[in-house]
Amino acid sequence: MMTRGFLPLLALILAGGAAVLAWETDNFRAFTSTGAQQLEIERTPRTLPDVQLVDQDGRAFALSGYKGRTVLIDFIFTRCPTVCGILGDDFARMTDLVGGQLPSTALDLLSISFDPQNDDREALKRYGERFGAAAPHWRIARTTDRNDLAALLKAFGVVIIPDGMGGFIHTSAVYVVDSHGRLAQMLDPETPPQLFAAALRMRAP
Amino acid sequence: MKNLMSSRRFVAVVALTWLMLWMSRTALEANMAVHMIVQVPLLIASGLVLAAVVRPHEPRWFADADWLGIPGIVLVVFGTSFWMLPRALDSAVGDPWMDAAKFLSLPLLVGLPLGLSWRRMPPLGRAFIWANFIPKLGAIGGLYLGAPVRLCAYYRLDQQATAGWMLIIIAIALGLSWFIVVFIGWPRHERQRVSPVGVS
Repeated sequence: MMTRGFLPLLALILAGGAAVLAWETDNFRAFTSTGAQQLEIERTPRTLPDVQLVDQDGRAFALSGYKGRTVLIDFIFTRCPTVCGILGDDFARMTDLVGGQLPSTALDLLSISFDPQNDDREALKRYGERFGAAAPHWRIARTTDRNDLAALLKAFGVVIIPDGMGGFIHTSAVYVVDSHGRLAQMLDPETPPQLFAAALRMRAP
Repeated sequence: MKNLMSSRRFVAVVALTWLMLWMSRTALEANMAVHMIVQVPLLIASGLVLAAVVRPHEPRWFADADWLGIPGIVLVVFGTSFWMLPRALDSAVGDPWMDAAKFLSLPLLVGLPLGLSWRRMPPLGRAFIWANFIPKLGAIGGLYLGAPVRLCAYYRLDQQATAGWMLIIIAIALGLSWFIVVFIGWPRHERQRVSPVGVS
């Protein structure tokens, strides 16, 4: 025989538990933190800190200088044996897709190293040559200020952990910063069709 | 009086364990398997010990409303499901407030209700929970082991695979022990102390 108070208590726990699970998973759409971040960025594009960077040719530029153009950004370290290769290939194939004509599109590419200690200008240059990158439309860049790097990684939500072999494991994503300078999308580098669609949308100036 | 003394001692042990787990949280959470298979079960276990202290003082209305232990065990299922989400694990590592939420919810919303409600459950109800829990543990282990991508931003792929293997091994060990208990029985001197300790 059911006791008094059983059904209300059970209903309360079921409703509360379901509500908390729904809240934690964005209504059962995101079960990983990367998925959650993707949803959040698409819902509310993020404003970014204006940081100073230096590219593979030693030229200084500001992140805010890209306003008016769309820029695809990835975060790399040049000694990376794994995902950075995929990210580099993605960008290289994207430049092929627009016929090597990045200058005539409204699209720029930017690879930012989060390992400025090891990645000096020479290292950035070598990394760029490996994938056929040419500044200013595909820059391989580093920050010159530790605080700038920290602010940048925080704004993009990039998580970096040691790989146990002197390198890093890091969030691998292609970030789309729109012409207003806001972080508008976070794409999966393992699904190139999605990326290339984004690149093609930018083909028209 | 003696009871009061011993329950105080229990609470002190729980509080000390809890404090030590909090202070070692960065070290324990650095590895996915240790996070999932050592820290989380210990937090739940601290709630189970607490249940032994709380039991004599349990509010009458709760004991009544917790018919056959069903609401309590549903709460346990929700609590454990939540902290099995890769996203929840990540947020516990990255955000001290979420970690504090884990440190409170696992003892109070999982361990404590498990300790209180388990005794009210009929044997078939307990069997139902075990029969669901063990394959679920193995399945999650298989998912972690087989996933080609990292599910947690804070953990490496090899750590994820290790955690997967360990979950599978625990599921097999639990399944075997349960089989032995069901078909052969508890060792005689332990017959009175059937408890769910050691479950994450």
